[in-house]
Amino acid sequence: MANVSVSKKACSVNPLKMSQPIGGALAFMGLRGAMPLLHGSQGCTSFGLVLFTRHFKEAIPMQTTAMSEVATVLGGYDNVEQAVLNIYNRTKPEIIGICSTGVTETKGDDVDGYIKLIREKNAAVAHLPIVYVSTPDFKDAFQDGWEKTVTRIVETMVEAPKSAARRDPTKINVLPGCHLTPGDLDELRTIIEDFGLEPTFLPDLAGSLDGHIPDDFTPTTIGGVGVEEISMMGQAGWTIAIGAQMRQAAEAMQKKTGVPFRLFERLCGLEANDALMSFLTDISGRPAPMKYRRQRGQLVDAMLDGHFHIGGRKLAVGAEPDLLNEIGGLLTEMGAQLLVAVTTTQSPVLERLPTEEVLIGDLEDLENLAKAKDCDLMVTHSHGRQAASRLKIPFFRMGIPMFDRLGGGHQLMVGYRGGRDLIFDISNLLMADHEDNHEPTPDSWRDGVGPSHAATSH
Amino acid sequence: MSSLSATIQDVFNEPGCGKNANKSEAERKKGCTKQLQPGGAAGGCAFDGAKIALQPLTDVAHLVHGPIACEGNSWDNRGAKSSGSNLWRTGFTTDINETDVVFGGEKRLFKSIREIIEKYDPPAIFVYQTCVPAMIGDDIDAVCKAAREKFNKPVIPINSPGFVGPKNLGNKLAGEALLQHVIGTEEPEYTTPYDLNIIGEYNLSGELWQVKPLLDELGIRIMACISGDGKYKEVASSHRAKAAMMVCSKAMINVARKMEERYGIPFFEGSFYGIEDSSDSLREIARMLIERGAPAELMDRTEALIAREEAKAWAAIAKYKPRFEGKKVLLITGGVKSWSVVAALQEAGLELVGTSVKKSTKEDKERIKELMGQDAHMIEDMTPREMYKMLKDARADIMLSGGRSQFIALKASMPWLDINQERHHAYMGYVGMVKLVEEIDKALYNPVWAQVRKPAPWETAGENWQSRAMAQAEAEAAALAADPVKAEEARRAKKICNCKSVELGVIEDAILANNLSTVEGVREKTNASGGCGACAVRIEEILAQMVSASHAIAAE
Ligand code: SF4
Repeated sequence: MANVSVSKKACSVNPLKMSQPIGGALAFMGLRGAMPLLHGSQGCTSFGLVLFTRHFKEAIPMQTTAMSEVATVLGGYDNVEQAVLNIYNRTKPEIIGICSTGVTETKGDDVDGYIKLIREKNAAVAHLPIVYVSTPDFKDAFQDGWEKTVTRIVETMVEAPKSAARRDPTKINVLPGCHLTPGDLDELRTIIEDFGLEPTFLPDLAGSLDGHIPDDFTPTTIGGVGVEEISMMGQAGWTIAIGAQMRQAAEAMQKKTGVPFRLFERLCGLEANDALMSFLTDISGRPAPMKYRRQRGQLVDAMLDGHFHIGGRKLAVGAEPDLLNEIGGLLTEMGAQLLVAVTTTQSPVLERLPTEEVLIGDLEDLENLAKAKDCDLMVTHSHGRQAASRLKIPFFRMGIPMFDRLGGGHQLMVGYRGGRDLIFDISNLLMADHEDNHEPTPDSWRDGVGPSHAATSH
Repeated sequence: MSSLSATIQDVFNEPGCGKNANKSEAERKKGCTKQLQPGGAAGGCAFDGAKIALQPLTDVAHLVHGPIACEGNSWDNRGAKSSGSNLWRTGFTTDINETDVVFGGEKRLFKSIREIIEKYDPPAIFVYQTCVPAMIGDDIDAVCKAAREKFNKPVIPINSPGFVGPKNLGNKLAGEALLQHVIGTEEPEYTTPYDLNIIGEYNLSGELWQVKPLLDELGIRIMACISGDGKYKEVASSHRAKAAMMVCSKAMINVARKMEERYGIPFFEGSFYGIEDSSDSLREIARMLIERGAPAELMDRTEALIAREEAKAWAAIAKYKPRFEGKKVLLITGGVKSWSVVAALQEAGLELVGTSVKKSTKEDKERIKELMGQDAHMIEDMTPREMYKMLKDARADIMLSGGRSQFIALKASMPWLDINQERHHAYMGYVGMVKLVEEIDKALYNPVWAQVRKPAPWETAGENWQSRAMAQAEAEAAALAADPVKAEEARRAKKICNCKSVELGVIEDAILANNLSTVEGVREKTNASGGCGACAVRIEEILAQMVSASHAIAAE
């Protein structure tokens, strides 16, 4: 039972958190032919754009209503209308997803009302799907923006089936949290398909931001789940939601369409994937394919090999709640101690973390606590690089943004295979660190200092 | 807010800005903030610009007052380098919440300043205002003043909420803040006749250090670099320098000019990009220092150094000539000063097939014509599809551009090199140009290109996505060629003014119907060039073309 506290500082130093609207915008990017539109000043969009481009190393679709000082005071109807029409004329999107920002929420623009009016006044966009989500920057965090946006998409775009008979038990809805990478989604798709089931991912970042090469220059997203497919999600047999953040969306789906859901708070590690396998066996009526029996063996083997290096490690993790739960959980199961856990926003999952204290704070907190508790492995996104180098401890990058390394979008965590890869990557990092920095020398033996970290090697 | 709008007016009245000087009084008042188009493109906000300009001051704590978006989404995203303190890389923000929005964020701001002083004790704190606190009326000037008195430490307000305008306005507002609160507030320990300020240089990738050794060798001291690798105390005492070099006129001309006005420090605009530019700049620095009292022998030493460095650089570059034979380069830089690298590339034997001139002035364009010939391929505004086609048709072998268009080249499986802000290599000075040529060579001859262009085994010829994209482009071009009416339509549909969204046809019609001959006239009738004014050059060209066409008709 972890005790959750909130940092008392007035000044956030080295933010771990990113803003809610760009979390929402990312969710829209998992839809095909989508143009995410931030209702706010131009800078808010520009910063989000740079952030995502640096992380995914892909061209990113994202637009702004370009609110000026004057427009902000007078209200943004004209800007929203112009933006919608401009986007419609120029890029012919299949859907426009609008997220508000702090700027427009402070004034209190009624965007839903605007959209109604825009549709009435402009026949061209009368039937264009436009989804609006309220996501002020001064509340909550990235993960919350994602959560609200997916929920909103379910509420507004999924159609209730006309009769129960139209349900198709082989169809599965998957609602992934924003802590999963495009690589994770691909892995999940393969697993589910191997049980003879047909998954629909909402959102589907694997289709849009997995680094494939487009046929053409589309200014909107180039892949992802289509508007049509979303509307039919009500006919699926089950919904699988991944991460506590997706409970709300899964519930909304059930409420609207009657599709039952199963929430997996974790999908990284042995037990978590055993649970997934049995669930898929149950709902498909098929035994787990041979492939996964072998992969399970490989994960077990990796855990045995890796525990020498990971066991006893004093771990400091900074991540959004669900990612924190995944990686903190896996490494704790391998014998590491989650001594420092810093996160960005409230979540029911925090209390269940295998640690005593969870702090909603920033990377300064992570650094100070890691120092105080003498941690010897840090896991967080790229912004943790300075802290880790000051502390001179090994640093494993996870989460968004990962701008100073390649392949963040393909980092694998889910499935037996994901767990295996992650254990190898982290163990190798620790081994390299040991060789580089902690090999005993005649001097260290003489002084009785010995290797300076606590890994139980050999 | 009223003092902010006064400051904005003031920076727009900048007589040092060439574009401004040509405008009428009323036009100047309107300023050059471009009214952005909702749903059009997005650039950075004024806050972004201010932070970019000032954050390279390395020992200062940069505190962003606002919700998490402004700092949380963006910190640690610039490649400036520091020779000392790394405090500038620490992200500080008040991360204001709902309660602050309702009751005001001033208390939180004050407490934040105190926490920073207690924990980090920097020589100064810069406080950046952003949109939300500006809207709810947080008075950061007052908070900074109170903090300054309480803690006896410079706490400097930077009034640049994002919604007042684009990035370049933010650069200027940052400069104003320095002029108002920093420059001239401290005295240097000593001065020499060789004291130089460098203004508008950000030391991206440590570029300044490619030039600094040369200045060191000449005994010239960089008194303050504003702001690359700058330190607070240096900037505060920079009013005692003898001369200044302004590296980027767009960003901080107000600082250079007002320092000349207030402290009599003459400045010139120079560049260390390109070999000849570097030499010119060194000469100019020496000349100005001598004028202000340095011994005349400085010039001889400077000339000797230039001769030595140029010879070294040209020799290094010449080695690449045989390898670059017949290789063609497409240069997309936003157009600012692209000609300064053109000379070096040509010296290396590369052929320039096009360069963008979107932001270039008339003089820049003249320079390009001089270097590349009358038929220089100047690109106003290339769509991604056009760039792609150019690369695909092998009309260019490599593209040099900023990060934004990298994906076009990469998706076309063509070499690309970053020459804008996020580059990993430093290209300044003599060594920098050699480095650039080296990097081009590496990119061009990388065997990866042959690999990635190979079709997949299951693809039949002409069936891959690249040929489909090409076929589509060709079909469009063919359709236009076959149909003169459509072609004319397409020609007339070309956007000339992006801010006000005015097309070529509209402008031509207005010129003919009203017998217009000036940009002002066109603006009055069509609203073109009523925004940022960048298209004024294009309109002038249209006018010139139509005049010469009508003369030709008259002569027949
Ligand atoms: S536009 Fe305003 S709210 Fe948005 S990032 Fe810039 S300063 Fe912050």
